[in-house]
Amino acid sequence: MSRLILRGHVAAALGHHVDTDLIYPGRYLNITDREKTSEHLFELAYPDLRPRLGPGAILVAGRNFGCGSSREQAAAAMRYAGVQAVLAVSFARIFYRNAINLGLPAVVCAETARIASGDELEIDLEGGMVTNRTQGVSLASAPLDPRAVALLEAGGLAPYLKKKYAA
Amino acid sequence: MAMTMAEKILARAAGRQQVSPDEIVVAPVDLAMSHENADLVRKTFQQIGRPTVWDPGKIVIIFDHRVPAESEKTAATHRSVREFVRAQGITHFYDVGRGGICHQVLAEQGHVRPGMVVVGTDSHTTTHGAFGAFATGIGATEMAGVWCEGALWFKAPATIRILAQGEFQAWVSAKDLILFIIGRLGADGADYRAVEFDGPAIRGLTVASRMVLTNLAMEMGAKVAFTPVDDWLLEYLRPRTAEPLERIEPDAGAVYESTLEIHLERDVAEPQVSCPHAVDQVQPVSALGSVRIDQAVLGSCTNGRLEDLEVAAALLAGRKVHPDTRLIVIPASQQIYLEALRCGYLEALVAAGAMIDPPGCGPCVGVHQGVLAAGEVCISSTNRNFVGRMGSADSQVYLASPAVVAASAIAGRIVAPSVLEEEVAACLA
Ligand code: SF4
Repeated sequence: MSRLILRGHVAAALGHHVDTDLIYPGRYLNITDREKTSEHLFELAYPDLRPRLGPGAILVAGRNFGCGSSREQAAAAMRYAGVQAVLAVSFARIFYRNAINLGLPAVVCAETARIASGDELEIDLEGGMVTNRTQGVSLASAPLDPRAVALLEAGGLAPYLKKKYAA
Repeated sequence: MAMTMAEKILARAAGRQQVSPDEIVVAPVDLAMSHENADLVRKTFQQIGRPTVWDPGKIVIIFDHRVPAESEKTAATHRSVREFVRAQGITHFYDVGRGGICHQVLAEQGHVRPGMVVVGTDSHTTTHGAFGAFATGIGATEMAGVWCEGALWFKAPATIRILAQGEFQAWVSAKDLILFIIGRLGADGADYRAVEFDGPAIRGLTVASRMVLTNLAMEMGAKVAFTPVDDWLLEYLRPRTAEPLERIEPDAGAVYESTLEIHLERDVAEPQVSCPHAVDQVQPVSALGSVRIDQAVLGSCTNGRLEDLEVAAALLAGRKVHPDTRLIVIPASQQIYLEALRCGYLEALVAAGAMIDPPGCGPCVGVHQGVLAAGEVCISSTNRNFVGRMGSADSQVYLASPAVVAASAIAGRIVAPSVLEEEVAACLA
């Protein structure tokens, strides 16, 4: 399947202003083995959430997701946990850039309130459409701009630049 | 066409006549700052495979989050960054004991000047708008890209203008003003926007106090924030840099998305406190009721400067920290530490029972030097009070000005400094 059409189930529907300290506590920022970072995802605030995140999981949230610190571990740890996309009404700007740069699709969708935990979604990243198959509704989302699409297709900024310099 | 500060700096950097909100431009970066997360940047940079950074003179690396190293793991991180700095010939590196908190060091060492484009792997990089720079936070991977390319894409932000007039009331400071504004606009009230602070009340502030505004603008989502480039600022910068300084200001007639007018006497009549667990949960201190505290923290890139230590020392001189409370004080840089020593502030604080942490971030990010246990309550001059930010997920952090932190340390509960004066007056009566 193309990277640009995603299908999966919603592992959790979170509220507004989920900050980066909630997503990835500051005390674990010196972990150098990147894959290990996913163990501490949501550890302090939502300890029950981590076990529900596996390959293909989708996270849904309200406004201002990822506010706070510039720590990219917040996005990276999600990706290592298998999260394939995050949908939110809005994202804090550094988190949004980090997510795309790390190859984690961040999708702006005004109507995430119409998505519940456990719903099956199909997300068309370029077309800007989220289909909630469980509830039988289609929700508009902001289509990703071509720059973001190119980064996601490469798997993130590092592989994108690596390829560019190798060419 | 007339432009705001953000539009003006971006347009010039990108070599264009003008830019408007939502336009995407690619601009060369004048300065790229990192702290300990330089190690993560380094790793990604090496993964990309470039042999050398774009310009070793434009990268600044400052250790502050974990100084001195609190664990073997951090010590190894520090070492690998030092090796990288040496191998790449990075000129501006501030090791343990040479600098302090990254934002303070950039400022006091004259690294930032009006009109520059600055990126930092720290969200509070917005602080440097107090020096007229377009300064914003980015992640480590993006910084690795900057180390390769020396440029970055930016979406030009719309600008919110905040005009403040009137006089600061007794014990009301820049911290109280910005907490009030965040309470009013909300945690995402300035998301993706630039903020321009201006008005007579802002122009009367010291450079240190202006940095409080641009630092905390991040907590309402601002991409960049500015205070005016005026004589005071140029006077601050002149002894710190040999580079020419320019006076850059927004054009008359620039288009603002919205304007917020603050009248200090009316809106910020007394000190403000941000309550757990969100920075925008702001109340005037008199509305709080009796909040007992276990710890008080004075420091950080928000409020660890000389004027902050001065007000605390003045309140604590001849008094004692409450027996059930501990006070932790962290000068924001080595230079401030020295000045506070010479002025006698640290002596007054230590005599009152404060513990002085070494210059750096201290417990602000919950790593070391004063983290909180479950059930503990802290009043802090820092900038974030999220769940678990300073330790246990079951601890609580209230944010306030240095004066309120010091007064609360004495009282053992959150109070305005005026309460102490009233108590003294009552004793004398
Ligand atoms: S003092 Fe706190 S907010 Fe400032 S740079 Fe350090 S950790 Fe970040």
